[in-house]
Amino acid sequence: MAFALLMISEAFAQVKVGDKAPDFKLVNTDYTQLSLSDYKDEAGVILIFTCNHCPYAKFYEARIDKLHRAYAPKGYPVVAINPNDSVQYKTDGFSHMVKKGYEYAYLLDNTGVYKAYGASKTPHTFLLTRVNEGFKVAYIGAIDDSPQDANQVKVRYLENAISAVMAGKEADPNLTKAIGCSIKPF
Amino acid sequence: MTMLLVVAGLRGQSISDTSIDHLLARVQSNSDTIYVVNFWATWCHPCVAELPIFSSERLNTLKYPTKVILVSLDFKNQVDKQLIPFIQKKGISHEVFLLNERNPNEWIDKIDKSWSGAIPATLIYQGRTKAFHEGELSVAQLLDLINQTSH
Repeated sequence: MAFALLMISEAFAQVKVGDKAPDFKLVNTDYTQLSLSDYKDEAGVILIFTCNHCPYAKFYEARIDKLHRAYAPKGYPVVAINPNDSVQYKTDGFSHMVKKGYEYAYLLDNTGVYKAYGASKTPHTFLLTRVNEGFKVAYIGAIDDSPQDANQVKVRYLENAISAVMAGKEADPNLTKAIGCSIKPF
Repeated sequence: MTMLLVVAGLRGQSISDTSIDHLLARVQSNSDTIYVVNFWATWCHPCVAELPIFSSERLNTLKYPTKVILVSLDFKNQVDKQLIPFIQKKGISHEVFLLNERNPNEWIDKIDKSWSGAIPATLIYQGRTKAFHEGELSVAQLLDLINQTSH
């Protein structure tokens, strides 16, 4: 019964494209606290719920690095959030996150931010763009169309969405389905 | 009809590939059988933990015969080293297919539009009727799910 209720509440919590992006304040791997509002001088944020253990997250690790290097200089840095409690998978623990040494923020979500976004798996990507009061959601879903093999990518969903918003247009598609590992929250 | 046979293992153990279209054609073909399709992977701990429910004796007590199909989302390069040894070690006698698909955005909705793409996920097919559940299941929940398709 409780399980069914959780599924329903998550369905309502999912942000839609066009919604205001919920702010958060989480611990980064440099041991400081980081908020979405700290990025108010950027054009947007590539927000990715990801983790260490999931094979799909590992498939995308190099691609996420590349995205940050390509788009941070253009005003769209990557911000990664790990929503998993490491009870299920030890390698999702904070010390392992620190060891990754990513160039971008890698935050530990022990407060349920994933629920506010409706993130349901890792990796799950939300492209955010700056609007007057904060950020809004411009794209939700997969990074590209070929999780298992970067060499077989035909459609770069996320990059196409970034190009669109940079040109002042809407992302199309603005919602895609991604495969990933279910979240094991705190 | 493309069914690739990936032959490996010491005793000629093999795992067939399947596409989603091929899988659906199979499970929608026979209304006298309850197909229990589970999406899982050896690297997914909750998936592995729930596998025993598909061997429950309760599945043999239903009005129609049940057929369990385990669709593995393991990766091609894990078949020999991980998937086949796992199946042998656990003595899994259900039919196991390796999912052969490239773009999740194309096939996730074919299974169920509400599916977020996370595993485990279980699908019940009986003829044209279907029930879908995302997340882990107990035996009782599995039977409830099957009840949603019964006629």
